[in-house]
Amino acid sequence: MSSERKPSDSIPLEIHDLTVAYQSKPVLYGIDVAIPPGKLIGIIGPNGAGKSTLIKSIMGLIPIEAGWIRLFGEPGKRHLKRVAYVPQKESVDWDFPVNVLDVVMMGRYGRLGLFRRPKAHDREVAWACLEKVHMTPYADRQIANLSGGQQQRVFLARALAQECDLYLMDEPFAGVDATTEASIIELLHALRADGKTILVVHHDLPTARNYFDMLMLLNMRLIDFGPTETIFTYEKLQKTYGGRLTILSEVADAVRQNHEP
Amino acid sequence: MNHRGLLKPFNNLWPLVLFWIGTWQARADRIGEMVDISLKDQFIRFASLEDPALRFALAGGVILGILCGMMGTFLVVRKLSLVGDTISHAVLPGVAAGFLWNMEKDPLAILIGATLAGLMGMVLVSQLTRHTRLKEDTALGMILAGFFGVGICLMGMIQRLPTGNKSGMDKFLFGQAAALGWQEIQIMALVGLIALSMIYLFYKELLVSSFDVSFARSIRIPVDWIHHGFMLLLAFAIVISLEAVGVVLVSAMLIIPAATAFLLSDRMHWMLLWACMVGVMAGVGGIFFSFLGQKLPTGPFMVLSAAVLFALALFFAPRHGMLARWWLRRSRTLRIQRENALKAVFHIMEKEAFTKEGVTVIALARSKGQTLKTTEMTCRELERAGLATLSHEEKALYLTPDGMRRAQTIVRNHRLWERYLTDAVNYAPDHVHDDAEEIEHILGEDTVRMLERQLNFVDRDPHGKPIPTIQDIASSGQTQASKGQGMSGYRNPS
Repeated sequence: MSSERKPSDSIPLEIHDLTVAYQSKPVLYGIDVAIPPGKLIGIIGPNGAGKSTLIKSIMGLIPIEAGWIRLFGEPGKRHLKRVAYVPQKESVDWDFPVNVLDVVMMGRYGRLGLFRRPKAHDREVAWACLEKVHMTPYADRQIANLSGGQQQRVFLARALAQECDLYLMDEPFAGVDATTEASIIELLHALRADGKTILVVHHDLPTARNYFDMLMLLNMRLIDFGPTETIFTYEKLQKTYGGRLTILSEVADAVRQNHEP
Repeated sequence: MNHRGLLKPFNNLWPLVLFWIGTWQARADRIGEMVDISLKDQFIRFASLEDPALRFALAGGVILGILCGMMGTFLVVRKLSLVGDTISHAVLPGVAAGFLWNMEKDPLAILIGATLAGLMGMVLVSQLTRHTRLKEDTALGMILAGFFGVGICLMGMIQRLPTGNKSGMDKFLFGQAAALGWQEIQIMALVGLIALSMIYLFYKELLVSSFDVSFARSIRIPVDWIHHGFMLLLAFAIVISLEAVGVVLVSAMLIIPAATAFLLSDRMHWMLLWACMVGVMAGVGGIFFSFLGQKLPTGPFMVLSAAVLFALALFFAPRHGMLARWWLRRSRTLRIQRENALKAVFHIMEKEAFTKEGVTVIALARSKGQTLKTTEMTCRELERAGLATLSHEEKALYLTPDGMRRAQTIVRNHRLWERYLTDAVNYAPDHVHDDAEEIEHILGEDTVRMLERQLNFVDRDPHGKPIPTIQDIASSGQTQASKGQGMSGYRNPS
């Protein structure tokens, strides 16, 4: 038995026949996918394709209608502590009375357990994570006094402070400046080099091709999943975006760029 | 027409208002007499703390202030202020039921009854929201008014009952701290201690679940338990505050100190501390004024004290106060005015190919299209800021090295931005000036470096005028040494 568990333990995330519904209206149907470790993976699909829903259901934030999810080879929530979640920036109130370091420190809370306060070691980790996103000069700032990109980097630093093996990020590139985009990419590559697995919900097709090792095409169903080179084709993208005109032109653009170099 | 229509209902009230104004003098006299007799004595009695009832009242006020401040802080940051309001009104039928239980004012029975009623109100709100199309604010408004109405009916019935010891029951509406007894203080202290230790123990869970619920869930924090525990604690806090503040105004004691603290602090633990301090000050202040006025209801005075403190914070808070904001805006406006004046000086000097050391005030007035008087004021303002010096008769203005640097910086920002708009954003050259007029005061050095790089260190603006480079600006600081060595045809005035 144990010999069987070993190889599956190396699969950080396995989803089988997953169906998720909001008030009995299905958003995701029968998703089957096994994510290999150490890869940087983009989740691509049109608005309302269920991209955010997928990672929320992996985190156990919304109930599952059918199917199962295994984290590091085991069902249930046993290994949820090894998964870090970066919500969309808009999901919180940035006027909240905390400063940048406070937010990053929240990444340590999951490891502390009840009644425990952050120790010197936790502060060191938080500070190091802040350094990785180049935000140490802003450690004392109240979080409303940051640009959108800086706020996104604070969220990333919080996820880093969790010291996890699987990272699920909901649109980290949405509305960020060029500096932040470069710093996020640098960070994702560093994580991948450490053998971490990263799933990123992404909405910009042209950049998707350059950023990710593998792509997951999603539109309520799993359209396809595999290495970027084999997935980023006109036919598959068209199938995902369902022939809608405006997006089709975007797809055409992206594919054209794909063939240029 | 419209105004007339709006004012119509008030027409009938005019005689009443006139009567009220007419009798104002007499009334004021009466109040004056009443206060005159007792004000000094009452103050001495208050300060000496001789009255045991007053000691209980003050202890109650302090506990209430701390408790309401703490709970209110979380209420405000969790955006549950209306929920607090609803619970506080929904407890009233429970208070009445607690009395009817054994027909006397038994603090424990009232505590249990009121807590149950408050929680029942909350459950009803969540059921209504979940199972009907109604939204939360509608459900809250309905439950608040509905429960309160039932409570008022029951209280009215109790007042008419022939039996039972009803003394003090009428105090639950507006509060009377002087009615607090030893037993009540004990219960208040107990609940206060429980709340304090709960918040201390679960501080980080409360913090993270208030800030980011889905993240808190994702790190396995029992968000729902934390929420329910908090609501239970809130119900207790409201119920024990009832006798001192009254049902109607207890929500104000929850929200106003926390709102005040929100203006004064940027971190949670400071906000908690401030809220407690404001709460205690409001509580004690309310008791003081109620005592001076010989047992007037405490609740309104507490809320009034809290409101005064809030108003003070609103105006004078160091960072979020109106005064601070006004000052910031004003200093920004002044800076922009100074910078525009420097720019005008620079333009005149540039027109004369930097052959003259300074500019005449008249020329400056002409170029800015201002009166001589206004321009003189601007010049003096520049002198005060150390950016320029005026000649003896105030006829000519000379830029200091510092002023020259500022002027060059502004001109560079302006021209660089114009260049950026025409080259990178494809604006027509005649569209860019107004835009640059605003941007020039905002551009930071980092952005400027980026723009320069992106524009390949271009040296002319779209209208053919030279853009000062970083070397030009730096060399303006030195005086004689760099004379005539400007890179783009700029020389220092010497």
